[in-house]
Amino acid sequence: MATSPVVENLSTNLDQIFIITRDWLTHFLPAAWRPAVDVVLSVVVIVCVFPGLFALTTVFERKGLGRIQNRLGPNRTGPFGFFQPIADGIKSLTKEDIVPASADGVLHFLAPVILVVAVFMGFAVLPMGRNMVLVDMDAGLLFFFAMGASTELSVFMAGWSSRNKYSLLGAMRAIAQMISYEVVLLLSSVSVVMITGSLRLTKIVDAQNQYSYGLPHWYIFTPWGLAAFIMYAIAATAETNRSPFDLPEGESELVAGYHTEYSGFKFALFFLGEYLAMFSISGLGTTLFLGGWSAPLEVFNVVPSWIWFFGKVMMSIFVFIWMRGTLPRLRQDQLMNFAWKFVLPFTLLDLLVTAMWRFMGEGWLRWVVSTAILAGAYVLMGRVSMYRQHFAPRKYRYAD
Amino acid sequence: MGIMFYLIAAITLAGALAAMTLKHLVHAALAVTVAFAGLALFFLNLDAQFAGFAQILVYIGAVAILVVFAILLTRGSELPKDGVFSRTWFVGLPVAAGIFAVLGWAVIASSKALPSDAPTPAVNVHDIGVALVGRYVLPLEILALLLTAATIGAVMVALHEKERAK
Repeated sequence: MATSPVVENLSTNLDQIFIITRDWLTHFLPAAWRPAVDVVLSVVVIVCVFPGLFALTTVFERKGLGRIQNRLGPNRTGPFGFFQPIADGIKSLTKEDIVPASADGVLHFLAPVILVVAVFMGFAVLPMGRNMVLVDMDAGLLFFFAMGASTELSVFMAGWSSRNKYSLLGAMRAIAQMISYEVVLLLSSVSVVMITGSLRLTKIVDAQNQYSYGLPHWYIFTPWGLAAFIMYAIAATAETNRSPFDLPEGESELVAGYHTEYSGFKFALFFLGEYLAMFSISGLGTTLFLGGWSAPLEVFNVVPSWIWFFGKVMMSIFVFIWMRGTLPRLRQDQLMNFAWKFVLPFTLLDLLVTAMWRFMGEGWLRWVVSTAILAGAYVLMGRVSMYRQHFAPRKYRYAD
Repeated sequence: MGIMFYLIAAITLAGALAAMTLKHLVHAALAVTVAFAGLALFFLNLDAQFAGFAQILVYIGAVAILVVFAILLTRGSELPKDGVFSRTWFVGLPVAAGIFAVLGWAVIASSKALPSDAPTPAVNVHDIGVALVGRYVLPLEILALLLTAATIGAVMVALHEKERAK
C-alpha cells in the first residue's frame, strides 16, 4: 500500500513521540548522565500515567456498574462526575489514619507500601509501544511473575498485623486463592514461551507482530492460544481478587477482608495497588496473547503503537468491570474445585496441544487436530462434572 | 567486589540475624524472607537473572508463604514464655562451627581449582532452557517424578484424615 511520505513520517514521529521527547529533554545533559536520566524520566512517566489511569478507571467503573444496575453512578463532582477521584483522593488524604491498638505497627505500615512497590515493579518489563520498554530483560516474564509473587506476602502482612479475625480470614482466603491460580497463570503463559522460545517480552511481541493477508499473527487466533488466553483471563481475574473471585474482600461476609483495619491513605494505597495489579496483569495478557502494541490489521499500522497497547489494556479493564456487574460471587469450595479440577487440567492439556502444534509443522492439519482435542476435552470435562453435580430440586435442611 | 556486595551482604546477614533473634515466629518468618531477598540480589549482582528471579519466585512467593501458613495453622503464633533461646545452645555451637569450617575450606579450595582469570561465561535464559531439556533432561524428569510423588502423597494424607473424621 502506498502512503504518502508525509503521512508516513508523521505516523513514525507520533509513534515514537515519547522517545523523541525524552531524547530532546536529555540532550542538554553530558553524555555520561544520559542513560541514568533516561531511566529516571521513564520511571517518572510510568509512576504518573498508571495512577492517572487508575483515577479514570474508578469513575468508569462506578459509572459502568451504575449503568449495568440501572442507575446513574457518580454525577455530582465536576462535569458528569469526572472529578470524583480528586474528591476521593482529598478525602482519603485528610482522613485520620487509624491503627488498631493491638495491631503490629511496623507490619501494618509496611504492608500497603510493599504491595504498591511490588506491583509497580511489574510495569518495568512490559513493552508499551515500539521501543517503549523500561528494562528489556532476558528473563522479563520471570521477573514479572517474581514481582507478582511478592505481593502475596504483603497481603498476609496486612491481614495478620491488623489483629482482626476478618482481616486474617480475608488474608488466608486471598493467599489460598492467589497460590492456586498462580499455577494456572504461569502454566498458561508457558505455552506462549514454548512457541516463541524466549522469556523476553519484546521478542514475544515481535513474534506476533507479523501479518499474512493483512491479518495479524496474534496467539489468540490459534486454537492453543485461545484456550491459554481464556485460562489466563480466569487466573488473572482470580489473582487480582476481582469479582466473581472477590471472596477475600467479600463485603457481605468479611467486612472488607484483609484491609478491614486500614483507613485514610493506607486504604487508598491498597485500592491503588489492586487497580495497578489489574493494569499490569492486563498488560501482560495483551503482550502474551493479543499481540502487545501491534495493530489488529496491517492497514492500522499508521496509528501509534502505544495507542494500541493502552487501548487493549483498557478493553480488558472494561471486561473486568462488565464481569463484576454480571456474575455472582463463587463459594470457597467452588473456587478451589474450579481451579484444581477444571482450569489446571485443561491448562496442562493445552501445554500438550501446544507442543503438538510446535512439532506438526505448517499446514491445515494442526489446526484441525488441536481444535478437535481442545473442544473435545472441554465438552467431555463439562459433561462429566455436570453429571457429578446431581441436579435436583433444592432441599433446605432447616427451613422446610 | 564493590560496595554493592557489602550492602547486599549486610542486608542478608541482618535478615538472618533477625530471623534468629526475634521472639515472634511470624516476625522471624518475615525476617528470613529479607534474607531470601538478599540472596536473590546476590544472584542478580552476579548477572544471573534466571537464578535470581527463580529465587524470588520460589522462596519469597512460595516457601515464605508456606512457612507463615504452617505457623498459623499449628498455633505456633503465640509468644513463647521462656525466651527463644534453647538451653542447650552450646551443643549447636560446634556443629555450626564445623559446618562453617567445611564450607570455608570448600570455597578456598575451589578458588585454587578454578582459576579466577578464566572469562566469565555469558549464560542467558535460552541456554539454561536448552541445557535443562537437552543434557540434563534425565535429572529434570527424576525431579519431576519425585515432586509428583510428593504431591500425590500429600493428597493421600489429606484424604485419609478426612475419612477418619467421619
